[in-house]
Amino acid sequence: MSEMHAETVGYVRDTMLPEQDPPATSVGAIGWLRENLFSGWFNSVLTILSLIFIYWILSALLPWFFSPTWEATSLNECREILAEMGREGHFGGACWGVIRDRWVQLLFGFYPSGLYWRPILAFILLFVALGPVLFSDYFPGKLIWFSAIYPFLMPWLLWGGSVWTPLLVIAGLGIGYGVFRVVAAAAGNLAGIIAAVIAALAWWIFLVGPLSELIHSIIPAGLNSVDSRNFGGFMLSITIGVVAIAISLPLGIVLALGRRSDLLIVKALCVGFIEFIRGVPLITLLFVASTLLNIFMPPGTNFDIILRVIIMATLFASAYMAEVIRGGLAALPKGQYEGADSLGLDYWQAQRLIIMPQALKISIPGIVSTFIGLFKDTVLVSIIGLLDPLGLSNAIRADSDWNGIVWELYGFIALLFFIFCFGMSRYSMYLERKLQTGHR
Amino acid sequence: MKKSVFLGALTVAGLSAGAAAAGTLDDVKARGTLNCGVTTGLVGFAAPDANGVWEGFDVGVCRAVAAAVLGDSTAVEFVPTTGKTRFTALASGEIDMLARNTTWTFSRDVDLKFEFTGVNYYDGQGFMVPSGLGVSSAKELDGATVCIQTGTTTELNLADYFRSNNMNYEPVPIETNAEAQQQYLAGACDVYTTDRSGLAATRAAFEAPGDHTILPETISKEPLGPLVRHGDHEWGDVVRWTLNALIVAEELGVTSANITDMASSAGDNPEINRLLGTEGNLGEMLGLEADWAVKAISAGGNYGELFERHIGESTPIGLARGLNAQWKDGGLLYAPPFR
Repeated sequence: MSEMHAETVGYVRDTMLPEQDPPATSVGAIGWLRENLFSGWFNSVLTILSLIFIYWILSALLPWFFSPTWEATSLNECREILAEMGREGHFGGACWGVIRDRWVQLLFGFYPSGLYWRPILAFILLFVALGPVLFSDYFPGKLIWFSAIYPFLMPWLLWGGSVWTPLLVIAGLGIGYGVFRVVAAAAGNLAGIIAAVIAALAWWIFLVGPLSELIHSIIPAGLNSVDSRNFGGFMLSITIGVVAIAISLPLGIVLALGRRSDLLIVKALCVGFIEFIRGVPLITLLFVASTLLNIFMPPGTNFDIILRVIIMATLFASAYMAEVIRGGLAALPKGQYEGADSLGLDYWQAQRLIIMPQALKISIPGIVSTFIGLFKDTVLVSIIGLLDPLGLSNAIRADSDWNGIVWELYGFIALLFFIFCFGMSRYSMYLERKLQTGHR
Repeated sequence: MKKSVFLGALTVAGLSAGAAAAGTLDDVKARGTLNCGVTTGLVGFAAPDANGVWEGFDVGVCRAVAAAVLGDSTAVEFVPTTGKTRFTALASGEIDMLARNTTWTFSRDVDLKFEFTGVNYYDGQGFMVPSGLGVSSAKELDGATVCIQTGTTTELNLADYFRSNNMNYEPVPIETNAEAQQQYLAGACDVYTTDRSGLAATRAAFEAPGDHTILPETISKEPLGPLVRHGDHEWGDVVRWTLNALIVAEELGVTSANITDMASSAGDNPEINRLLGTEGNLGEMLGLEADWAVKAISAGGNYGELFERHIGESTPIGLARGLNAQWKDGGLLYAPPFR
């Protein structure tokens, strides 16, 4: 056939034609629009309806939002400014003066203004401390030491007081470890752990207070102490949220393991705790913290209200966390456990090296949801009279200058909460991508 | 071991409960600050300003007591309390006194074991309606929808009032005053009912206050006053007579402006002299300094000055003295003699 070719075909192209541009209607903006918004008559109708809807919302919202009232000093002044522009009525415009006047209060509550650097520093250091934990690829490994110190540094920065207290608290860990080594060598691991916990608790409860006072009277060093009553606004939310989040994860892991344990008493305790805490609303626990404990404790004992609230929020979150992690544990195939056993790993080695890394990875979305939920739940403390951002919004409205302002304050508070919760959510997606090993 | 710790804690609790009940006055002096329970925010009565300094009519009472006891009107730790936490906070000793627009009722005084030390504001429940509704009396409200805060005495008063007048109403339950404002302005209810001072403050915040009328009827008695724990009479006396000193100072014409002059030496009026400690030993009887009342009155002025500054007619809230005028002016303020 090949020699016949020239006779049967008059012309044969021997070079490729240059590629033509695709038709103008299928590339660029137009192409994108056709592809995504107007790909059929039904989709086109939906697109147009949606655009009308969005326009309708924005045309009402944006004029309200862009309102030159930043400098106003009272709601009436806002109204005068807006009336001069001919914008009357209930939705004439936002009164942003309240944010200018009160944003510092919404962030710091009643914290002494000369000491604002302390919460700010604690907040910045929080990210330095979180860096090695959350983004281990980008931070030098040695920084993890700072992360370990941070839990003791933060309360000292926020509440102030003698520098010796956090140091002595750290020393308690060393004492616990020392007791563990001595007792474990003599009477076995379990006895060692129990003795260490008792020794450390006794040190913290009975000795740290007097000792720190004693050393402080010899070598005074410290910061001005700030009373818990002065905490408020976002500082309070973040303090409660961060501490509860940081403690509830390890506590939740322990509870989840306890619930799957073969030891009868451990299992019964964990199940009882989890089911009890999950069976009552958080607000009930907060009322217990704020009122019931007050009545049980001797008058004059100053068991810090914020500490009480943090403990309750932590217990609450850790019960949920335990169930989320138990879900991750249950999702692991049995072969993983058997594989660990076949390698001769003991229980803790198996958990640390094989089970937990996989179970936690599976549970990331659930864990982060619990974190976000917990952070938002911190606004419930306004019901027991702590002035978190929502409680402060009420207090700000009680100033006759700003009485009647609602949306501006709620909008500002919502924005700040959104930033934190959205940040956590994006981080969890990053972590899932990073830990993706392609088994799915 | 846990059990014994628990029992031990209970014993300690019992012992120190007995010890602490002995003297709030001594506790406050030793501590150097007064823990005063206030509301988390109520226009005119208590609210923090932009610098976090509490101000208001109830706050003024706290400051006067702190000044009388400690000589410093700023030595007050304000503890914000909600309607739900206020009584436990006081009963448990977290606060020394409660000045939180709390109505003096039988059951609170007797059953909850508190002691009301007087009345600093006579309030009463009223109604607000849009003027356009053409209603001039609460008797014409048959069939109205009423915005009402749930779980308060106002709810019960409302039910009583409508039943005794053979009228029907449809309640619109709301949680906070801010929500009530929004609902009322949006027309979700025809009538908003709460204490008259609250109605006045709410109306003052409206864009057009003139379009709304507060009806003349007052359907309940709400005597609001500071309270302390039952059983600590020395402390109760301090709070009671500090409030009385503020009231009687107005009656006698003692103001924050002229008090320095009047207190510098004994004058012609023996009652003023006894009040200001230039004569007699009233302060000593209370366990305070001789010039306790001078400090209390200097803190924020007498009762009338406090009223005018925080809720009076020159403020946006614009309350008239009404029942809260001195007895000589036809009001109910009647402080017992300082003798």
